[in-house]
Amino acid sequence: MSTFSASLSNGNLEWRLPSRGRVGMYGLIAAEAAIFTIFVVAYLFYTGKSVTGPQPKDVLHAPIFYTVCLLVSSLTVHAAVRKLVAGDIAAFARLWLLTIALGGTFLYGTAREWAHLIFDEGLTVSTNLFGTTYYSLVGLHTFHVMMGLLALIVVALFYFTARLQREHAERLEVLSMYWHFVDVVWVVVFTVVYVVGV
Amino acid sequence: MSTNTIALSELSVSLPLPLRLHEWVTTVDHKRLGILYILYALTFLVAGGIEAIIMRLQLIRPHNDLVSPEVFNRMFTMHGTTMIFFAAMPLVFGFANYLVPLMIGARDMAFPRLNAFSFWMTALGGLLLYFSFLGGDGLYGGGGAPDVGWFAYAPLTAKTFSVGHSTDFWTLSLLVSGIGSVGTAINIIATILCMRCPGMALGKMPLLAWLNLTMAGLVILAVSPLTAAQLMLLVDRYLGGHFFDTQAGGSAVIWMHFFWIFGHPEVYVLVIPAFAFTSEIIPVFSRKAIFGYPVMVLATVAIGFISMSVWAHHMFTVGMSSGANTFFVLSTMAISVPTGIKIFNWLATMWGGKIRFTTPMLFCIGFLFQFLIGGLTGITLAVAPFDWHLGNSYYLVAHFHYVIVGAILFAAFGAFFYWFPKVSGKMYNEPLGKLFFWLFLSGFHLTFDFMHIPGLLGMPRRIYTYEPGRGWDIWNVIVTIGVFFQVVGILVFAVNLVWSYYRGNAAGNDPWDAWTLEWSTSSPPPGYNYAVIPTVRSRRPLWDLKHPEDPDWRYE
Repeated sequence: MSTFSASLSNGNLEWRLPSRGRVGMYGLIAAEAAIFTIFVVAYLFYTGKSVTGPQPKDVLHAPIFYTVCLLVSSLTVHAAVRKLVAGDIAAFARLWLLTIALGGTFLYGTAREWAHLIFDEGLTVSTNLFGTTYYSLVGLHTFHVMMGLLALIVVALFYFTARLQREHAERLEVLSMYWHFVDVVWVVVFTVVYVVGV
Repeated sequence: MSTNTIALSELSVSLPLPLRLHEWVTTVDHKRLGILYILYALTFLVAGGIEAIIMRLQLIRPHNDLVSPEVFNRMFTMHGTTMIFFAAMPLVFGFANYLVPLMIGARDMAFPRLNAFSFWMTALGGLLLYFSFLGGDGLYGGGGAPDVGWFAYAPLTAKTFSVGHSTDFWTLSLLVSGIGSVGTAINIIATILCMRCPGMALGKMPLLAWLNLTMAGLVILAVSPLTAAQLMLLVDRYLGGHFFDTQAGGSAVIWMHFFWIFGHPEVYVLVIPAFAFTSEIIPVFSRKAIFGYPVMVLATVAIGFISMSVWAHHMFTVGMSSGANTFFVLSTMAISVPTGIKIFNWLATMWGGKIRFTTPMLFCIGFLFQFLIGGLTGITLAVAPFDWHLGNSYYLVAHFHYVIVGAILFAAFGAFFYWFPKVSGKMYNEPLGKLFFWLFLSGFHLTFDFMHIPGLLGMPRRIYTYEPGRGWDIWNVIVTIGVFFQVVGILVFAVNLVWSYYRGNAAGNDPWDAWTLEWSTSSPPPGYNYAVIPTVRSRRPLWDLKHPEDPDWRYE
């Protein structure tokens, strides 16, 4: 066995391979994108097919401010990782916490919107087809924001317990890829729900 | 480090049973997880097989009352779901897990813990499905095992028509095992792209690695839509949603689309690894390098792409526009082109070779013939007007079993015998292997050749009994008799594997005089696979090693 292996290797070969963290995250993003595609197709297919009210144009108001918050958080998470690569851990922490705050604000916006729809407009997931598709698509995205926030908070905990080092920058880059993906999905969901679907 | 690992693995042999079991349950080693996947798949193969036997016994004569119609519905639903999700998929993942890292000269998968997580998710999915026999009743007395068919068309799955929890167990088990499948697929892709040993450029990988890369990509793009559809079904069933509720404006047809967007690529998820096995086994036993390596890679990737655009050929009988029908007829016809290319490449590999008719090679030759016939009946069903007559008849059932059993399972049995010496360190018994081949081949052809005929005579699938005198009777007898040849064959197979594992002759590192990296390490391979990570210069590194005067890299 070892003779085989030893004679197979002659070393000294320039050999570079892609980072497995990035490839793995691209794989996850592809899978999640496929899931969202099906939900978006269902939303578009069912637009205007509800047999009872309320209809989207009666109750939906585009959450512009909260959308801006989520989009800006993509910039801050990117800047935070750049700071960590540069070794400036304090600046990293400020930007990272800002990202968490922006993501949290977005979640607060969704909660406000849902509370309004449920208690003021009487729209739930079982009210009509619009309610079913709306809460499913937006809820699926919100779930992804929550998972992303959870991961961001775990990193923040590592920072507060002084375990976060510059060498972790690559892993945080992989995490920020996920956060960017959640942002891009929101751009699609926003367009479909608040622009095309109304 | 390597001496430590050897000492540890020697130690584990003498460990008491609970500790050894603990080692297996907590393992993150790709070889052990591969074996777990395969043993798990074989267990469910037996379960699904028993369900098939019950169905065939029920159908052996008209007006039979061995089982009730309700039980018959459960049997075909559980048989289909089990065989696809808990026999075929884990088998495919098991082989990929075991072989891919070894063949690309890596020490493990890219994410070993994700690997273990994925396996146990799949295991949980199978347990959930079978727990439905006990728990499907719910509080409503309406359940038992799922009985909505393996593609679970709406509105059968609505609360109104499926009280109790049987459909919930079906959808949850597929959701959970789907997460495991996607995890493993991501792992396979990351392993192949990021863990290759020095010198192994993409164009120098064994074909098995290329085909599993394609398979993993398809899993990501095909299983995720199924996951999405299961989430929608859960929203409908638990939260009162209306996705598939036609009375509230929902659509039953969109479930069909979502299911088959998964369902057809899934066929290729299963058959591409079968191509992978034959692409490794046929060259070794023909004593020739694979014919047309780049074309084989291109054809595989082409199949992967085209397979994403053929799904609605499962829906010709539903009633679509003629434009949609035409598109799916043509795309389905188109996929037979790269598939045909592959068949010719395997034939050209055998042509002029010094063929050794060992058991793995026999199974691969069986695969070639049967895959060709299954493909040809597939082309007949791709013609929409023909499909209007024979869709959902026993002709269709015979067609897809020809592909799944005759091609995929035959290639998998070939792979079992080919890699058994590597995995166990022992040679299997060749006469018993050949006996198994001929028994299983006879049983397969008795069952599935003759199953076409009652289909052509109008016998629909999923009926629990039928009237005498329609010309179906004798064919159903022959089909059921074939099952018993298969059962005896499987018993011979099991005896062969168990007996050889304990009493077989030592296999040595390289019993087949093969050319890929896994044969350069010991049998079974040590925990770390390779003491020194190998460096390769061609597609057949062991050929280069054995023939330094005429290495492959001079010609590639």
